[in-house]
Amino acid sequence: MTPRTPLIDRKGWIFLAALAAFCLAVPVLNLAVPEGSGLHVPTYLVSLFGKYLAYALLAVSLDLVWGYCGILSLGHGAFFALGGYAMGMYLMRQIGSRGVYGNPVLPDFMVFLNYKALPWYWYGFDHFAFAALMVLLVPGLLAFVFGWLAFRSRVTGVYLSIITQALTYALMLAFFRNDMGLGGNNGLTDFKDLLGFSVQAQGFRVGIFVATGIALALGYLIARIMTVSAYGKILIAVRDAESRTRFLGYRPEHFKTLAFTVSAMMAGVAGALYVPQVGIINPGEFAPTNSIETVIWVAVGGRGTLVGAALGAVLVNYAKTVLTGAMPDAWLFALGGLFVVVTLFLPRGLVGTAIERFGGRRAAAKLPPEPAIAPKLAEEGQGS
Amino acid sequence: MSTDLLEHPDARGPANRKRETDALLYVDDLRVTFDGYKALRGLSLTLARGELRAIIGPNGAGKTTMMDCITGKTRPDSGIALFDGTHDLLKSDEPAIADLGIGRKFQKPTVFESHTVADNILLALKGPRAAFASLFGWRNRVARARIDALLETVGLLAHRDRPAADLSHGQKQWLEIGMLLAQDPKLLLVDEPVAGMTDAETAETARLLRRIAGEHAVLVVEHDMHFVRDLGCRVTCLHEGAVLAEGSIDAVSADPRVVEVYLGR
Amino acid sequence: MLRLLTLLVLLLAAPALAQAPDPYGQLAGDGYAEIEAGVTGLAASGDPRADAILAALADGRLLVGPDKTLLIRQGNAVVDARTGAPAAGGSDLKPVRANNRVRRAIEAARGQLDLASPDPAKRRAATDAVFKARDAAALAALDAALARETQPGIRQALTEARAALLLAKPGTAEADRIAAISALQARGDGDAMGILRGLAADPSEAVRAAAGRGIAAIETRLAILGALQNVWYGISLGSVLLLAAIGLAITFGVMGVINMAHGEMVMLGAYTTYGVQELIRTKAPSLFGWSLAISIPCAFLVAGLMGVLIERFIIRFLYGRPLETLLATFGVSLVLQQGVRSLFGPTNREVGAPAFMSGAVDFYGLSITWGRLWIIVFALAVFLGLLFVLRRTSFGLKTRAVTQNRRMAAAMGIRTPYVDALTFGLGSGIAGMAGVALSQIDNVSPNLGQGYIIDSFLVVVFGGVGNLWGTLVAALTLGVVNKLAEPYIGAVLAKIGLLIFIILFIQKRPRGLFALKGRAVES
Repeated sequence: MTPRTPLIDRKGWIFLAALAAFCLAVPVLNLAVPEGSGLHVPTYLVSLFGKYLAYALLAVSLDLVWGYCGILSLGHGAFFALGGYAMGMYLMRQIGSRGVYGNPVLPDFMVFLNYKALPWYWYGFDHFAFAALMVLLVPGLLAFVFGWLAFRSRVTGVYLSIITQALTYALMLAFFRNDMGLGGNNGLTDFKDLLGFSVQAQGFRVGIFVATGIALALGYLIARIMTVSAYGKILIAVRDAESRTRFLGYRPEHFKTLAFTVSAMMAGVAGALYVPQVGIINPGEFAPTNSIETVIWVAVGGRGTLVGAALGAVLVNYAKTVLTGAMPDAWLFALGGLFVVVTLFLPRGLVGTAIERFGGRRAAAKLPPEPAIAPKLAEEGQGS
Repeated sequence: MSTDLLEHPDARGPANRKRETDALLYVDDLRVTFDGYKALRGLSLTLARGELRAIIGPNGAGKTTMMDCITGKTRPDSGIALFDGTHDLLKSDEPAIADLGIGRKFQKPTVFESHTVADNILLALKGPRAAFASLFGWRNRVARARIDALLETVGLLAHRDRPAADLSHGQKQWLEIGMLLAQDPKLLLVDEPVAGMTDAETAETARLLRRIAGEHAVLVVEHDMHFVRDLGCRVTCLHEGAVLAEGSIDAVSADPRVVEVYLGR
Repeated sequence: MLRLLTLLVLLLAAPALAQAPDPYGQLAGDGYAEIEAGVTGLAASGDPRADAILAALADGRLLVGPDKTLLIRQGNAVVDARTGAPAAGGSDLKPVRANNRVRRAIEAARGQLDLASPDPAKRRAATDAVFKARDAAALAALDAALARETQPGIRQALTEARAALLLAKPGTAEADRIAAISALQARGDGDAMGILRGLAADPSEAVRAAAGRGIAAIETRLAILGALQNVWYGISLGSVLLLAAIGLAITFGVMGVINMAHGEMVMLGAYTTYGVQELIRTKAPSLFGWSLAISIPCAFLVAGLMGVLIERFIIRFLYGRPLETLLATFGVSLVLQQGVRSLFGPTNREVGAPAFMSGAVDFYGLSITWGRLWIIVFALAVFLGLLFVLRRTSFGLKTRAVTQNRRMAAAMGIRTPYVDALTFGLGSGIAGMAGVALSQIDNVSPNLGQGYIIDSFLVVVFGGVGNLWGTLVAALTLGVVNKLAEPYIGAVLAKIGLLIFIILFIQKRPRGLFALKGRAVES
C-alpha cells in the first residue's frame, strides 16, 4: 500500500479538539453559570458565536473549491443565501396564523401584496424534512448546472470568477423583486419557531449553536475525505495543470463539478444554520461584496488548508464585530487593507505560513503560481 | 481513397476500415490555419505498431501542432487522423484520446508540482478515471511496489516522496516519461525529451526509449541530432507544415533539401 | 400683396363681426359669463389692440371706469384700452375681475391671437395650442391664419389644427370630416389618435371606417417610433457602458490586470467633477458653463495618478497572479470607497449640468435629450482617442510591445515598468473621465463605482478581451438589447436576462465575440 495521508492530521486534531471544547464551554458558560458571574456568556453572544461557526462552514466550503481546485468562486454567497432562503421559507410557514394579519396559510408579506394563494414553490416547506432537503438540493442543483456548463466549456480563472459574480448579482436583483414571492426587499423575518422550539428561547439558541458546530466538524471531515483521497490529488492536479490531466485521460469538468456541487451544498447548510440565529434572510445576502468577503476569510486563514479557512472566518468576523462597534468608519479601511496585506505579504495565510515554518514541507498542499491570462496566451501563441 | 473515408464515415464497417490501414497511427493531409498562418499544409504520416520514429524540423515546421492535432488539443481544418485503424482522432477530445491509448509528454516538462513524485505516477497509472471511482475506488489502494517499479525504471526511486517541484529539469523530464509508462499507452508522443539534460542523461534517455519501443509505438520530436542518431530509427523531417524527407538518419541528413532548410537561411 | 391679404382677412372676418355684440362693452360688464364672451369676441374681432388688452386682463391691469370705459394701467399711468392713447386716471377705477373660466378663455384667446404673430415660433406654438384646445370658435381665426401663412411647416400644422376643429364642430359635412381624418392620420401622433378614437360613436359609417383606418395607421407609426426611441435609449445606455468599460478594456483587456477598483476610478472622476464645480461656484461662477470641460482633464489626472500609485505599490508585485490581483484591488476599492465616504460624507453630492447639457430636441418624433447626446459623443470621442493613442503613438506601440512580449520589449530597451505604470494610469484616467460623464446621469455617491464594475467586466469579456472594437460593439449591443427588452419584461428582468445571457454566452465562446484565434488559445 502507498502511504496514505491520514484522514485527520495533526492540525485537524487540534482543530476538532478546539471546536469540541468551544461547543462544550459556551453552552456550559451560558446555561450553568449564573448571569451575574464574570464567566457568564450571554445568549446574544451564543448566537453571535453560532453565526461565526456558520461563516466558518461557508469558508470551508469555499476553500474546498478555491484551495484545492483553483475555482475562485465570487458567488459562494449565493449558495449560502439560497440555503438560508430554504430555511427561511420553512420558518415562515411555521408562523402559521400568528402573523400580523393572522392568515393561516399566507405569510404576512403575501397578504400585504394581495396574494390570493400560496405560490407553488412554497408547497412542502411546511415540512422540515422537505425544507432540509431543499437546503441541500437547491444550491446543489444550481451549482451542478452552472458548474457543468462552465467547466465543460473550460471557463477558468478570472473568467469563471467574473461569471460567478454575475450569477450572484443576477440572483440578488431577482430576489429584490416582490414578484419573486420571497418577500422582496425585506426578505423573510419575524420567525417564531423551528421544529416546535421558539427561536427566541435560550435553549434553542444554545442548541442551534451546537448544531452549527457539529455541522462545521462534519463539513470539515467531508472536505477532508474528498481531499486526501485520490480524488483530491486529481483535484489538485487539475488546479495546477488542468490540461495535463486531460492528456492523462481525466475529465477535469467531472472532478470540478463534483467538488463545486458538494461545496455549494455545504454553503447551503451554512446559510440554513445562519438564518435562525440572526432571525432574518434578505436579498442583501446575495450581494457580490459578501461573497468576496468570504474569499478574504479563506485567504487570511490560508487556502488549501481547510482549518485555516474556518479560523480565518472566525478571526475576521470577530475583528469586524469589534471594529464596527468601536469605530464604524475604520472597518472598511481595515478590511480593504487586509485584502492588500494578505495578498502581498501573506499569500499562504496564517495556517499555511505556520505549517511552512513549523510543520515540515509535505503537510500543506503547496500552491504554485496561477496560470496567467489572455496576454500571456497571445505571447505563447508566437512560438512554434 | 482517403477522402472517401472522410465523406462516408459510416459507409464502411470497422472491419473494412481496418483494412484501410494496418498502421497504428495514420495521418493524412492535415491542414491547420491560425489567423491566416498555415501551420500545417497537408501533413501525412503513418506509424506502425511498436515503431520508434523521430521527427525533426526547424522551428515553425509544425511538429508541436501535429501532436496537438493527434491528441485532440487542436482541431484541424481538414484531414484524417486514424488510430488503430478505426478510431477517428479528429472527432475525439483529449481525455477520450488518452483513453484510447495515446500518451503525451510535453515540450516543457509538465508534472504536478505540488504532488510527490510517487503521487505523480499514481495519478498516471492506467485504470478507471471517473471522479467517483477516484473518491473511494481502486486508485486509493494501489500497491506501493507497482509505483516503485516504475520509479526504478526512470531512476527516481530515491526521490519518491519529494515534491515534484523540487526536481531538476532533467529529473522532471524523466518523471514525465515515467508517467507516460504508467499510462501504458499504445503510442507515446514525446516532445523534446532531452532538453536540459546532461550528455549522460541524454544517452540514458535514448536507451530507455529504445527499450520501450517494440512494446509501444514511440514518436519523438527532437532537435538534438546526436540523440536522434542514438535512437537509431527512421527519421521524418518536417518543413513548413508538411513532410520534407523521410528515411534513415544518414539518408535524411544527406538530403540536400534538408540541408538547405537547416542551413540555407 | 399684404394689403390684399389683409383685405381678405377682413372680408372673411366681417360676417362674424357684424353679428357679434361689442366685446368692449361685454368686458366692462358685470357677470363672468359676459366678460368671458367679451374675451372670446375680442379675440375673434381681429382688433390689433386685443393682445394688449387680454394681457392686461390676465395681469389684473385692465380697469373699468364708472362710465364703462376700459383703461389699462401701465406702471403709474393709464392708457385707453381701445386706442392706446394716454388717458386721465381716476380714483374710482375698478379692475376687471377674472375667474378660472375667464382665465382659460384668455389663454385660448391669446393663443388664437398669436396665430397672427410675426414670430414663426409663436405662430407654431399658437397653432399647437389651438389643436389641443379644439375650440370650434377658433375656426375663423385659423382660416385667416391659414390664408396668410407662408411657411410650409406651420401651414401643415394649421391644416391639422383645422381638421381637429372641423371634427370637433358639430354639423361638418361628411366629406369634410373624412378629409379631416386623413389630415390627422398624416399627423400620426398620440393626440391625433386620441381625436380619431373619439369618433368611434360617429353616426356616419364612412367616418367610422376612415377613423378606424387612421387609428391603425397611427398605431403602426407609433410602434415603429417607440422602437426607434428605445434604440436611442439603448445607444445611450450603451455609451454609458462603453465609457465605464473602456478603461477596463485597457487594464484588463490589454494588460490582463483584474482591477476591481476600476469602478472607484470612475467614482473619483465624478467626485473630481464635484470638486471642480464647487471651486468654480465659489471662485469664478462665470466659468460654470465650462465646468465639465475643465473637469475632464482634472478627472483624468486624479484617477490616472491613483492608477499609477496602485500599479506601483500593489499590482506590480502580483503580475501573473490574476486572482490575487483581483483580491488586492478589491481591497483598494473598499479603502477608496470608505476614504471618499469619510471625506465627503455618505450622501449624494449635487453635480450641476451646464446649459448645453439640459433640454431636449424633437427629431422626427423622437425625443433626444442634449445630455444623453453629449455623453454619446463624448464616449465615441474617448474611444477614438484611445484607439489613436494605442495605434498611432510611440507610447501605444510600446504598450502593445510590452503586453505581447515583455522580455523581448525589455531587450529592445523599453523600460517595461515605466510602460506598465503609464498604461495602467491611462486606463484608470479614462475611467476618471467616464466619471465626469456619469456624474451627469447618476448619483455621485461613494457607491457610484460599484454599480458599474460587474457590467464593465461583462462588456469587456463579451466583446473579447484585448479587442477595443469588440468592447464598442459589446457595449452598444448590450445597451440596445437591454432597452428593447425593457418594455416587455421590465428593467430588472431585462438586466437579469442579460446577465444570464452573458453567462451562457461565455460558455459558448469563452473568448468573447471577437476572439483571438491561435494554437495557444487554451488555458
